[in-house]
Amino acid sequence: MSTLLYLLAGVGLVAMGLHALFVHTHLLRQVLALNILSTGVFLLFIAWGSRSPADHADPVAQALVLTGIVVAVSATALALALAVRIKQTTGKSSLSDEADV
Amino acid sequence: MSELPWIVWAVLIPLAGAVLAFLWPAQGARVALLVWLGTGVAVLGLSLQLIQSGVQRYAVGGWHPPLGISLHADGLSTLMLLLTALVFGPIMLYALAYFKNPAHPFWALSLFLWTALNALFVSGDVFNVYVSLELLGLSAVALTALGGQARALVAAYRYLLASLLGSLVYLLGVGLLYAEYATLDLQTLGRVISLDPASAVALALMTTGLLLKTALFPLHFWLPPAHASATAPVSALLSGLVVKGSLYLLLRLWLEVFPTEATSGLLLGLLGAGAVFWGSLYALRARELKPLIAYSTVAQLGYPFLAFPMLGAGGEVVVVYFVLSHAFAKAAMFLAAGSVLLAFGHDRLSELRGLLQSLPLSVAAFALAGTSLMGLPPSGGFVAKWLLLQASIAAGQWLWAVVALLGGLLSAGYVFRILTRAIADPKQPAQPKAAFPMVELVALALAIVSVLLGFLALPVLRLLEVGR
Repeated sequence: MSTLLYLLAGVGLVAMGLHALFVHTHLLRQVLALNILSTGVFLLFIAWGSRSPADHADPVAQALVLTGIVVAVSATALALALAVRIKQTTGKSSLSDEADV
Repeated sequence: MSELPWIVWAVLIPLAGAVLAFLWPAQGARVALLVWLGTGVAVLGLSLQLIQSGVQRYAVGGWHPPLGISLHADGLSTLMLLLTALVFGPIMLYALAYFKNPAHPFWALSLFLWTALNALFVSGDVFNVYVSLELLGLSAVALTALGGQARALVAAYRYLLASLLGSLVYLLGVGLLYAEYATLDLQTLGRVISLDPASAVALALMTTGLLLKTALFPLHFWLPPAHASATAPVSALLSGLVVKGSLYLLLRLWLEVFPTEATSGLLLGLLGAGAVFWGSLYALRARELKPLIAYSTVAQLGYPFLAFPMLGAGGEVVVVYFVLSHAFAKAAMFLAAGSVLLAFGHDRLSELRGLLQSLPLSVAAFALAGTSLMGLPPSGGFVAKWLLLQASIAAGQWLWAVVALLGGLLSAGYVFRILTRAIADPKQPAQPKAAFPMVELVALALAIVSVLLGFLALPVLRLLEVGR
C-alpha cells in the first residue's frame, strides 16, 4: 500500500516537473522544475526498490538514488552559476525565444 | 606489459590530469599534453590486448557483477577510444595556439570531458553510463559557456536543460529495467530481457533521453546555438565527439540489449531522414560560417540513424563509419572556421570572398572535410555511404540509400556555399590580422585524416568485429 503511495507521488512529481520545465521561461523556475523532476525520478527508484521481503529495501536502488542526488546537486550548482552569469551579462532573468543563431 | 589493465588507465589518466589541471591551472596545457601522451599509450595498449586476446573486462576493486562495477571493452569501445584520442590530440594543439594561455580553464574542463567519454565507452552497466553521461554533459556545458558572451551563456544554459532532461528520462528507463530484472549489467540485461509492456516503456524512455542528447531531429533545437557560439576548439569537441557519446550508447543498447523489433528502428530511420533534410536546409540558409557548420552537424547526425532499421544486418558498421568520418571532418571544419574568426574577427559568409588568397590552408581544410561530408570518393564519408548502400540493398530497403544520396547533394550545396565564396576574386582583398600557420595546419591535418579514412575501412571493420 505504501509502495503505491510512493509510486503515485513519484509520478506526480515527474509530471509536475516536466510541465513546469516546458511552461516557465524564468531561469530559476526552470532549475526548480528540473529538481522536482529529478526528485520524482528518485522517489520512483525508491518505490521500485521496496520489493519483498518487506523487512528490508533493496540497497542497490538506494545507492543509485544517492549517486543520483550527488549528480543532481552538481548540475543544479552549474545551472545556478550560469543563470547568475546570464543575469549579469544580459540583465534578463528569463529566456526569450529570439536569442537564436 | 600485456598484463596491465590498460582499460582502467584509459579512464584514470585523463581523470588524474583533469584534477591536476584544475588544482594547478598554470600548468594546464602541459598536463593536457602529457595526458594525451599517456591516454594514447593506454588506448594503444588496450587495442593490442584486444587484438591478441579478445574482449577485455575488469572488475573494479575485485568485485564482480552483479555486485561490483565492471569495465568492458570490445572492438566497438576500443574504436571509440582510439577515435577520441586521435581527435582530441590535434584539438589540444590547436587550443594551445588559439587561446595562447596555458592557464585557460579549457584544459581542466576538456580533460574532464575526455574522462567522461572514455568512461562511457568502457562502462559495462546502464547506471555507470548515466553517471558518465552526466559528467560528459556538465563538462560540455561548462566548455560552451567559456565563450563568455551572452549568446554563448544562453546557449550553454539551454544545452544544460536539454542535457539534464535527457539524462533524467534515460534514468527513468534504467529504473524501470532495474525494477523488472534486478540487474544493471548490459550483457546480463541483453540475455534476460523480453518485450513486455514495462520493458518496452523503459526502452522507449532510454532511447528518447539519448536522442535528446544526440540532438536527432526533431530534438535538435539546442545544438545549433550551442555549437555555433562556443569557441572553435570547443565546437570541434562538441560536434566531433560529444554527440557521438550518446549515439554510441544508442547503438550499443539497440544492438545488444533491446530485443529486435523492426518498427521502432523504422521510426529512427525516418527521424534520421528528417534530420538530413532539415539540417541541410538550414545550413543552406545560414549567413555565418559557424551556424552553417552547426546545422550541417544536425544533418550529418541523421545519417547514422538511417542504418538503425538495418542493425544486425550490416547496419552497425554503417553507424560506426559515419561516426568516425564525421568526427574528423566536422572537427576540421570547426577548427578552420576558428582560423577565419582569428584572422578576420568575424565569420560572415558574405564577406569571405577571396579567402583562398589570405588563408589557403583553411580553404583546403574546408574542401577536404567537405569531400567527406558530401560522401565523395575516396573519403571516409564515401565509404560510410557505400556501406549504407550495400546494407540497404541487402535488406531490400532502398529508401535509406536514396535519402543518403539526396543528402549528399544537399551537403554539396552548403559546402560549395563556402568554397565558391572562398575562391571568388575579391574586389578588395581582406587582410588577415596575423598569420596562424599552426592553427591552420592542425585543421588541415584533421581534414586529411577524414579523407584518408576511406582507405582504412578494412582494419577498422576488423577491429569492430572483436567481441561481435
